Amino acid sequence: MNKLLKNSIWILIAALGAAAVGGIALNRGESINTLWFVTAALCVYAIAYRFYAAWIAATVLAVDETRATPAERLDNGRDFVPTNKWIVFGHHFAAIAGPGPLVGPTLAAQFGYLPGTLWILFGAVLGGCVQDMVTLFLSTRRDAKSLGQMARDELGALGGTAALIGTFAIMIILIAVLGLVVVNAMKHSPWATATVSATIPIAMIVGLYMRSFRPGQVLEASALGVILLLLAVVGGGWIDHNPTLRTWFDHEGLTLAWWVMAYGFAAAILPVWLLLAPRDYLSTYVKLGTITLLAVAIIMLQPTVKMPALTQFIDGTGPIFGGKLFPFVFITIACGAISGFHALIASGTTPKLLSNERDIRMIGYGGMLLESFVAIMAMMAATVLDPGVFFAINSPAGVVGKEAIDAVAKISSWGFPVTVDQMQLLANQMGEATLFARTGGAPSLAVGMASIFGSAFGESMLALWYHFAIMFEAIFILTTLDAGTRVGRFMLQDMLGNIWPKMAETSWMPSVVLTSALVVAGWGYFLYIGVIDPNGGVNILWPLFGIANQMLAAIALCVATGILIKSDKLKYAWVTGLPLTWLVTITSAAAWEKIASDNIRIGFFSAANDLADKLAAGALPPEKAAVTPQLIFNLHLDGWLTLFFVVLLWLIVFDMLRVCSRYLAGKPVLPLAESPHTQSRLVEDWVRD
Amino acid sequence: MLSKLKGFWRVVRRLSGDDAYERYLQHHAEHHQTDTPMSKEAFFKQWQDEKWNGIKRCC
Repeated sequence: MNKLLKNSIWILIAALGAAAVGGIALNRGESINTLWFVTAALCVYAIAYRFYAAWIAATVLAVDETRATPAERLDNGRDFVPTNKWIVFGHHFAAIAGPGPLVGPTLAAQFGYLPGTLWILFGAVLGGCVQDMVTLFLSTRRDAKSLGQMARDELGALGGTAALIGTFAIMIILIAVLGLVVVNAMKHSPWATATVSATIPIAMIVGLYMRSFRPGQVLEASALGVILLLLAVVGGGWIDHNPTLRTWFDHEGLTLAWWVMAYGFAAAILPVWLLLAPRDYLSTYVKLGTITLLAVAIIMLQPTVKMPALTQFIDGTGPIFGGKLFPFVFITIACGAISGFHALIASGTTPKLLSNERDIRMIGYGGMLLESFVAIMAMMAATVLDPGVFFAINSPAGVVGKEAIDAVAKISSWGFPVTVDQMQLLANQMGEATLFARTGGAPSLAVGMASIFGSAFGESMLALWYHFAIMFEAIFILTTLDAGTRVGRFMLQDMLGNIWPKMAETSWMPSVVLTSALVVAGWGYFLYIGVIDPNGGVNILWPLFGIANQMLAAIALCVATGILIKSDKLKYAWVTGLPLTWLVTITSAAAWEKIASDNIRIGFFSAANDLADKLAAGALPPEKAAVTPQLIFNLHLDGWLTLFFVVLLWLIVFDMLRVCSRYLAGKPVLPLAESPHTQSRLVEDWVRD
Repeated sequence: MLSKLKGFWRVVRRLSGDDAYERYLQHHAEHHQTDTPMSKEAFFKQWQDEKWNGIKRCC
C-alpha cells in the first residue's frame, strides 16, 4: 500500500510536470503565468533527481557509503574536514552560483521565453547536473584532485595542459565580460556608481573588523557589512539628488572601465583579508538573500510573462546578439544549463569537505538543480517585462540608433511597441536618466526584479529596489572579478615558475606585481575594446565566454567518459558521452559560424573585412573611424581565439577516444588513478551507536 | 521550536565560519594534545589565507 501510494505520487508529479512543460511549449499568443514555469521546473527537477540521479549514483558510479572519503582519511582540521552534508551543500552552492545564470538567460530571452527555458531545464538535468555530480565523484575517489590533475593522470599530458589553458582563457574572458556588465550598469548613473564604489570601503571596514578589532567574529562583522550596504543603496540616492556630488560619480564607460581595472589590480595584490575575503562574505549573504527574496516574490505575485514563446529573431537577426537559435541559445546560456567552470569547484574544493559518498547526489546534482532554478528565475524576470521595454534596454545603440526616437521606432517596427514617454517614465521611476541601450543584461534584470519586488513589497520604492538589484549584481560580479584575477595570477605564477622558479613564489613582490599586471592587462584589453565598441561589446564577448565555458565542460565530460570506459563501464558511458557529444556539436557549430559566417553580425573575420572596407572607402564617421583599426585587430584576435578553443577541444576529444580505443583493444593505457578502498570509520562509529 | 532555532543558528555559524576556531580547538584536543593550540588571532589569519588559496568562486 505504502509503495502504491509512493508510486502514485510520482506518477502525479510526472503528469503535472508534463502538463506544465507542454503548457509552456504549446502556448501561443496567450499570456502565460510564471507559475507554469515554476511548476514545470520543480516537477522536472524532482523526477530527474529521484530517478535519473539516483540511478547514476547507484548503478553508474556505484557510490559506496562504507568507503572513507578524502575528508575523513586526510582530515587535518583545516581544509580537509568531514562536514555535515547541508553545510557542504551551502558551500558548494555559494561557490557555483555566480552572475552567469542571471546574465545568460536575460540575453537569450531575445529568442522568446521557450528556447532558453527548455535548454535550462533539460540541459541541466541531462548535462550540467551530471557533469557536476560525476566530477565530484571522480575527484572524491582521487584524494580531491583538481580537474587538470585528473585529466593529466587519466588521459595524459595533453588533457592536463588543455584543462590548464582552458581554465586560464575562460578566466580572462569571463572577467572581461563581467567587467563590461558592471561598467554598462554604472555608465552615467551616479546612483549606481556611488553605491557600487561604496561597497569597496565597506568591505575593508568589515575586513579590518574581523581581522583586528574582533578577530574571527565573522557573523558580527558580516551583519555590520550588510547594514552598511543597505545604507549605501539609500545613500546613493541621496548623492544622486545632490547637484554637486552627483557629478563626481557621473562618468563615461571608458573612465569606469579604467577604474574597474585599477580595482582588479589592487584586489589581486592586497592581502585577501582586507578586501577579497570580506567582500566575498557580503556578496554571498546578499546573493543568497536576494535569490530567496526573488523566489518568494515570484511565487507570491505570479506575474504574467509578456514575451512571446518565440520571436522572429530565431532567424539570427536579433538585436542583442547575432546568430540563429541553433547553436547560439546553447552558447548564450552556459551557466544554468551546463557550466564547465563548476567542474573546477566540484573537483578540488568540495570533495575536501564531503563526509560520505552517498551525499554526492544531493551536493553535485542537487546543487546544480538549484542553480538551474536561479536561471529560470532570471528568465522570468526578463520575460515579465514588456518586450518593447526589454529590447529598448538591451539593444545596443549601434543596432537601433543613438536617439531615443529612432530606437523606439525601430523596436516598434519589429512588433514590440514601446514609446519614448514610456521609457522616460520607467527611467524616472527607477531613478535613472535613461534606460536606453543599457546592454549587458544587468539593468534589464534589475528593472525586472524591481518591478517584481515593487509589486510584491511596495510600489513606492521602485528606485531603491532597482539600485538594490544593481548593487546585488555588481557586488558579486566584482567578487568574481577580484577572485578570478587572483586565481589567474596564481596560475600565471605557476606557469612562469616552470621557466624561472623564483616567479612561482607567491610572496615575492616583483612576481606578484608583474603577474597581476599581466592578468589585468589580459582582461582589461577585452574590457576596453568592449567599451569602445559601438555595438556594445557584449555581443562579441558573451558568445566567446560561452564557447570557452562549454569547452571546459567538454573537457570535464571527456575525463569522465574516459574514466568510465577505463573502469569497464562502457555500457554506461553514454551518461557522460551524450552530453559531451551535444557540447562538442554546439561548440563546434557556434565556433564555425563565428569564424566562417559571412554575416557581419556573426562572423568575426567578415565583420573585420567589412570594417576595413568601410574604413578604406571613408564611409565611417570620424569618431568611429578613429577606433576602427583597434576593432579590426580585436575581431581578428577573437576569430583566432575561437579557432584555438575549438582545436583544443577536438584535440582532447581525440585524445580521450585514443585512450578509450587502446583500452578496449587491450593495449596498455595509463592506469586508473583511484585511491584504494579504506573502510570509513565514520560509518562504523555510526553503526556501533 | 527553540531547539530548531538553535540548530539553524549552528548551521549559520558553521557555514559562515564563525565557529571555525572552536572547531579547531576541538580538533586540536582530539588529535594533537602535546603542543599548545594557536591563538584565535593567529588561527584566523591562517584559516582566511588558506580559504582563499585556489578557485573558490565561479561564474
